[in-house]
Amino acid sequence: MSRDPDTLLRYTTAERINHWVVAISFILLALSGLALFHPLFWPLSDLLGGGTWSRILHPFIGLLMVLAFIGLFFRFRKYNRMTDDDREWLKNAREVIKGHQNHLPEQGKFNAGQKLVFKSSALLIVLLLLSGLVLWRAYFNLPVEMVRIAAVVHAASATFLIAIILIHVYAAIWVKGSFGAMGSGKVSRAWARQHHRRWYREMTGK
Amino acid sequence: MALQSLDIERRSATTTPSPSQRQTMEVAKLIDVTTCIGCKACQVACMEWNDVRDEIGTNVGVYDNPPDLSGASWTVMRYTEHEENGKLEWLIRKDGCMHCADPGCLKACPAPGAIIQYANGIVDFHEENCIGCGYCITGCPFNVPRISKKDGKAYKCTLCSDRVAVGMEPACIKACPTGALQFGSKERMKMYAEERIVDLKSRGFEQAGLYDPPGVGGTHVMYVLHHADRPELYAKLPNNPRISPMVKVWKGISKPAAIAGLGLIAAGALLHLVSRGRTVVLQEHEQAAKKESES
Repeated sequence: MSRDPDTLLRYTTAERINHWVVAISFILLALSGLALFHPLFWPLSDLLGGGTWSRILHPFIGLLMVLAFIGLFFRFRKYNRMTDDDREWLKNAREVIKGHQNHLPEQGKFNAGQKLVFKSSALLIVLLLLSGLVLWRAYFNLPVEMVRIAAVVHAASATFLIAIILIHVYAAIWVKGSFGAMGSGKVSRAWARQHHRRWYREMTGK
Repeated sequence: MALQSLDIERRSATTTPSPSQRQTMEVAKLIDVTTCIGCKACQVACMEWNDVRDEIGTNVGVYDNPPDLSGASWTVMRYTEHEENGKLEWLIRKDGCMHCADPGCLKACPAPGAIIQYANGIVDFHEENCIGCGYCITGCPFNVPRISKKDGKAYKCTLCSDRVAVGMEPACIKACPTGALQFGSKERMKMYAEERIVDLKSRGFEQAGLYDPPGVGGTHVMYVLHHADRPELYAKLPNNPRISPMVKVWKGISKPAAIAGLGLIAAGALLHLVSRGRTVVLQEHEQAAKKESES
């Protein structure tokens, strides 16, 4: 364990690389997907080299994201189990949003909000994978009624996933000191003590 | 088509009005199934005029040849042997795009300008804008568009939009030897069909009628059927075709709802940041953490 007096290692290099593969593929998927979803976003199809390239690449990038997310899922699953403390924390979500957190239950490596992001992303990615395969006309030719349902499921789950990731990214911006966790992998001990006290105790023995 | 670019009724994935100064007459093709002899001259004429040649296939045991629509076969004859009152009826239906007034393909298409509906009612694919996603197939209530294996683009009957634009009838009409195929204004085609139906009824086909399904706003390819009460007899011609409710949700309410939802979240986050500021690490934790790391 690191004996750096100021910081704690929050994520290993492998974990960070894994996260960035998911993050970058997600951004490409979200933007190219929005381009095909609404004419307002059509110009975004140029990101992947035009409409036809978007149509060709989007599903493959999707598979990459699924594979990378499976990695994240098994790396972090054990830190994402809901506890009674989490339920208590969620009841006080309003206070959290206001920035009042001192009287809340101590949080482990992830707080209840992060656990919800983890679980709902996993569920939505499963839905996106299944519906995405059905929509993939280049390789699959399934009954049209099924394709129609898949189109709605894909659009709806993508919208929810984008919403969750917007919140996820905003939380990292809002809570100063979080971003380093995905950059250098380190956070300050004071940050850990304030936001993830139980994890702080586990890491420092204090 | 320079002139045709001025009479656009609807354009796929486009939210502003398209050029629509020219008002042209609403046209229709009438397929009188009751006088069709299944000679396939229309299929050949379609191939010749459009210069498309399908791969030579194999006999699949029925008269249908090619067995299905494809990127290069924009119309095919579908043969059904039907027994009624101890008599064999050979129901032969020329299948292809119906040119719906409310086209599901156009509604589903995500590529701006890949599908155009002209003021005369013709629904045309502009393959140079097509991205090959196949959403048109998902949107079509008649299972008509096909993605070409050659270039990955979607194709279907154009109703010879190029010929019609210069005052000619579609190639299939020109080739039909029995007059089973008629072309003209939609109004005139309906009148012609009415005469045919009176004739058919006098010959004992009580249920003879016109197939111009209202579920898709009517079509610009219509059928005269001996059994208009049972269109599904004719190689599964849909009884009440309409754009699937799933496609309507997908291409309707979900679009503004998703944009509004995501926009609200983004605006809410910005508002939160501006009003609350970022959460910083408090002095008490700085000091405590420092002390605890030294001890």
